[in-house]
Amino acid sequence: MNTPAIETFDLTRRFDDLVAVDKISLRIEQGELFGLLGPNGAGKTTLINMLSTMIPPSDGRAEVWGIDVRANPSRVRQNIGVVFQGTTLDDKMTGRENLDLHGRLYGLSKNLRKQRINEVLELVELGDKAEVLVKTYSGGMMRRLEIARGLMHHPRVLFLDEPTLGLDPQTRNHIWDYIKRLNREENVTIMLTTHYMEEADQLCERIAIIDHGSIKALDTPENLKNALGGDVVGLGTENESQASVLCDLYNKNGSAGNVHYKDSNVLITIQDGTHQIPHLLKLAAEAGITILSVDLHRPTLDDVFLSHTGRDIRMEETSDMDRITYKLQGRRR
Amino acid sequence: MTSQISGFKQNTLTSMNTVYTLWLREMIRFRRSKSRIIGSLATPMFFLVILGTAFNSSFQMKGGTGQTDISFLAPGIIGMSILFSSLTGGVSIIWEREFGFLKEILIAPVSRFFVALGKALGGVTTAMIQGTLIMLIAFALGVEYQSYLGMVASMGVMLLIGLGFIGLGIALASHIESHEGFQMIMTFITMPVLLLSGAFFRIGDLPSWMKILVYLDPLTYGIMALRFTLIGETEIPINICLAVLVFFAATTIGLGGYMFGKAKV
Repeated sequence: MNTPAIETFDLTRRFDDLVAVDKISLRIEQGELFGLLGPNGAGKTTLINMLSTMIPPSDGRAEVWGIDVRANPSRVRQNIGVVFQGTTLDDKMTGRENLDLHGRLYGLSKNLRKQRINEVLELVELGDKAEVLVKTYSGGMMRRLEIARGLMHHPRVLFLDEPTLGLDPQTRNHIWDYIKRLNREENVTIMLTTHYMEEADQLCERIAIIDHGSIKALDTPENLKNALGGDVVGLGTENESQASVLCDLYNKNGSAGNVHYKDSNVLITIQDGTHQIPHLLKLAAEAGITILSVDLHRPTLDDVFLSHTGRDIRMEETSDMDRITYKLQGRRR
Repeated sequence: MTSQISGFKQNTLTSMNTVYTLWLREMIRFRRSKSRIIGSLATPMFFLVILGTAFNSSFQMKGGTGQTDISFLAPGIIGMSILFSSLTGGVSIIWEREFGFLKEILIAPVSRFFVALGKALGGVTTAMIQGTLIMLIAFALGVEYQSYLGMVASMGVMLLIGLGFIGLGIALASHIESHEGFQMIMTFITMPVLLLSGAFFRIGDLPSWMKILVYLDPLTYGIMALRFTLIGETEIPINICLAVLVFFAATTIGLGGYMFGKAKV
């Protein structure tokens, strides 16, 4: 049996009173493209920081390619590449110089550096920008260069922390292509964090839904969605209390499926949703609840997330723009 | 036994490689920042020309050895420039933290001590280039040095001063998280260290309370050593100067490497 690429056993990290990562045990096989999906503050970055030896665990243990992160951090570092959330490039140097510096730090010989720089630049299609100062790069180009740099030393595992945060949709699609390609062509195991549903859905082979420091669900996106069973029926009512009443009614009437409400909307996951709608409308009418809208769709990862955490990940995205604005301001001297 | 030796050799090679890499980075960045080079030369030149002229015409230095005042002042100005650029070089770690690059270094499988050492050597090289340029410009402006050998020897003194203050800068920067802190350092360390060092005056006639402070200032010994090598005058014996400078450099570099090793991202 192969050594897993990453394996954790009750891995825990506390910051004072806050438990950022709470007894996470997971196993990621070699060559996987694995996603950690969760809102900001769920503990994704802390988990990656522990796996990449940036911070020590408070409890439990973790192995990367069979090497214990606490006992042998230096050997772990040789075997991993990390792309952090914010940029970590030297913007007063050219793309090639940044890559060369990285190669030197990882002890690559001169010939190997030269060869490798050209390979990774080609992979992220930055060959024509290699001799240009990084400060003239766009956000997407910087992210690509950073991914390229993380690959310079042929890591076995590549960690990507929010690889498309703050990028426009088109650039995001491009980055996804690069990530898929390097997972395939460079045969590197990838663990990425994201709070974008589409990213987890389209990019990752398996995802772990993480919230409040622990894993709520772990499977392929397809299985997670199928596990919800059938369709999602959404009913819009006038207010939250009506939604709550309708939920109770639905449960009391012994109906199958999984029911939630959020704000004034009721969401029911159920087999054969089309035939449930009349029943629901009848229940609502009897209780004197006005239904403003009806919606029926196949479950998305949003529904999966909601059913496992009772919260909507999209609520968290509003704060996203604030964070980016803050980061950009921080960059100005 | 053999494997131990080859392991040691391997480690030494890796460490030297780390030091060289970080040094190289400083050199690449220095070459790019032409405005920084010019700026770093302009300030000392203003001091030398304006202060030198003013000293010359407004009052006569007591106990002089026949040197003109601008010649007396030149070693002080060179020392000042080394102080500024080496401290700045050390605390530049604060910028690196703020702009993220520090993470790239800290995640690499290399010893942080040697990272700090490489950065220090890079910063010192920059400081020495600036100090040497000032020495030569001052020479062109009419400053009289005692010998060419002395001029070369003064570069060794610049190295020691630079290492001492860059180590101090790295040690401080490893625990300062913001650039507000950086401003504090610049004000509360640079100015007293510079003004107490005897860069602008002779220390023999000072009141005794101030003399104590002057003797506690490591830069004093640097300025005296520079003056000794360049114009053959010093108020503290040269071997004491050198001993203090070596001790200061070794202590702060050791401290800087240690503190940087414990620095948080």
